[in-house]
Amino acid sequence: MAEPVPLTRQDAEYVARLARIALSDAELDLYAKQLADVLRHAAAVSALDTDGVPPTAHPLPLRNVLRPDEPRPCLDRRVVLESAPAAENGRFRVPRILGESP
Amino acid sequence: MTGAAGMPGVPPGTALGIAGQVRAGEISATEVVSRHLSAIDRLDPELNAFVTVLHGQALATAAEIDRRVAAGEDPGPLAGVPVAVKDNLCTLGVPTTCSSRMLEHWRPPYDATVVQRLATAGAVMVGKTNLDEFAMGSSTENSAFGPTRNPYDTGRVPGGSSGGSAAAVAAGLAPLGLGSDTGGSIRQPAALCGVVGMKPTYGTVSRYGLVAFASSLDQVGPFAKTVLDAAALFDAIGGHDPMDSTSLDRPAPRSVTAIDDGVQGCRVGLVRELYEDADVPVRSAVLAAADALAAAGATVEECSVPEVRHALPAYYLLAPAEASSNLARYDGVRYGLRVDADDAESMNAATRAAGFGPEVKRRIMLGTYALSAGYYDAYYGQAQRVRTLIVRGFQRAYESADALLGATTPTTAFALGDRVEDPWAMYLSDVFSVPSNLSGDPAMSLPFGADESGLPIGVQLLAPALGEAVLVRMAAVVESAAPSLSAPAIGNPGNGSGARS
Repeated sequence: MAEPVPLTRQDAEYVARLARIALSDAELDLYAKQLADVLRHAAAVSALDTDGVPPTAHPLPLRNVLRPDEPRPCLDRRVVLESAPAAENGRFRVPRILGESP
Repeated sequence: MTGAAGMPGVPPGTALGIAGQVRAGEISATEVVSRHLSAIDRLDPELNAFVTVLHGQALATAAEIDRRVAAGEDPGPLAGVPVAVKDNLCTLGVPTTCSSRMLEHWRPPYDATVVQRLATAGAVMVGKTNLDEFAMGSSTENSAFGPTRNPYDTGRVPGGSSGGSAAAVAAGLAPLGLGSDTGGSIRQPAALCGVVGMKPTYGTVSRYGLVAFASSLDQVGPFAKTVLDAAALFDAIGGHDPMDSTSLDRPAPRSVTAIDDGVQGCRVGLVRELYEDADVPVRSAVLAAADALAAAGATVEECSVPEVRHALPAYYLLAPAEASSNLARYDGVRYGLRVDADDAESMNAATRAAGFGPEVKRRIMLGTYALSAGYYDAYYGQAQRVRTLIVRGFQRAYESADALLGATTPTTAFALGDRVEDPWAMYLSDVFSVPSNLSGDPAMSLPFGADESGLPIGVQLLAPALGEAVLVRMAAVVESAAPSLSAPAIGNPGNGSGARS
């Protein structure tokens, strides 16, 4: 198991990009420092001997919940789209996704 | 549950006392609800427990209950009882903000299952309560709409994240409240505000319509002034829900029926790791609660669950990891805030930068990091294995105990602003409460006197999965032995909550 390493400013930039949050320089500095501090405490966990211990992802033994595949009413599309920041022709409207020039 | 009107010893002013009077036609739901709404209007400007107050809707619901009573119909076991609902529970057509700019103007197109069940039980939702944004915090200071203040001392926090519901119940603005508990967010504010708060067994209360924070840990539960009222509310909201795939397929709970069973012959483990490091007044309260259980016939023995010492760091890897995934949905596309930009990814990032507050950003960053390539096993994987150790630790303790006793929090209510600059100091406030979320077991905080400044102290009872009836029995005994708590400085005297000091 890899030893955890302290979080750097570069790590913070990378993580912010993964998390899709446009953080300011000041926020990146602050979070790099604060996350490093939290991870220092978390290191106590990393140091524990857990060889052969299975992970617990959930307090319950999860299983699939099945029901007959029968149509039933769901939320009305018009109602759902009323909550959308932008909608058009019965669909969510978003800015362009692909990188080609407009 | 039997009708409260027929239950002996139900004091007036409690939820079941009110329901009994409403059901018997001795008092109208309209009168009860009006009285509480005017108390909210009068006191909440100082407390900021509510994000939204539902004057019109609440009075209309009350009028319908009065009509049913007059028509001889059964208005439900909680008829006419005002309830304060945490603002991360979806309410049809009523803003559900999660105390976040992200959802400030969002009105859900459906009710959470627990909100539907409140209505079925005849309870009346009087408002939506303030919380730490998306339930991330231990003080309700991380709200986009300003902090809630502790009714016992407005310079102090009510705890969090369900601080609004806890403060509302403590101040007599509603006899009942709903919260959610992911790492202590019901029990910790209950302790700091001097009320009863319970985190039920994972899976006993539906999460459908609870805005997700950490799905393997989140559980909805009750706030009340008394153990009996908390049990009644749990019974009303619990039970299987096909809309939640993690809902246990079991009949609705009937914990109220256990309230008078006593603790004769019960074995209680006093868990060293769950109170020894607490402040002296808190420690003394836990020991006094242990004495009370022993005096009532329980066998109380010191025990050790050393694994729980690892719960806090494990929790602060697991919960943020789940949160970073759950909160990916706030992308400016389907609902909530959007900050426009030229392309979709910039729009996502600008929306999330503007919509989330500092603590939410911090936890998403932490969780994303813990799940990122290269660190996944060292952080997230390891924390999951430690979670197994904690589950095993509790299993071992329950081999020789029916329930466990400890403190809810290491300290009483701290001053506003005290811990906002130091995330780990804030997180330490959850050190005794997170183990139960990791194990999925039920736990309850109940008031046990006050410290030298008059601030409430909470003691915590824990039980194995589905042990709510055991919890309620133990809690009823502890409650009857607890030193009386003075009325809060900000409280509604008309609702049995004392006068302003």
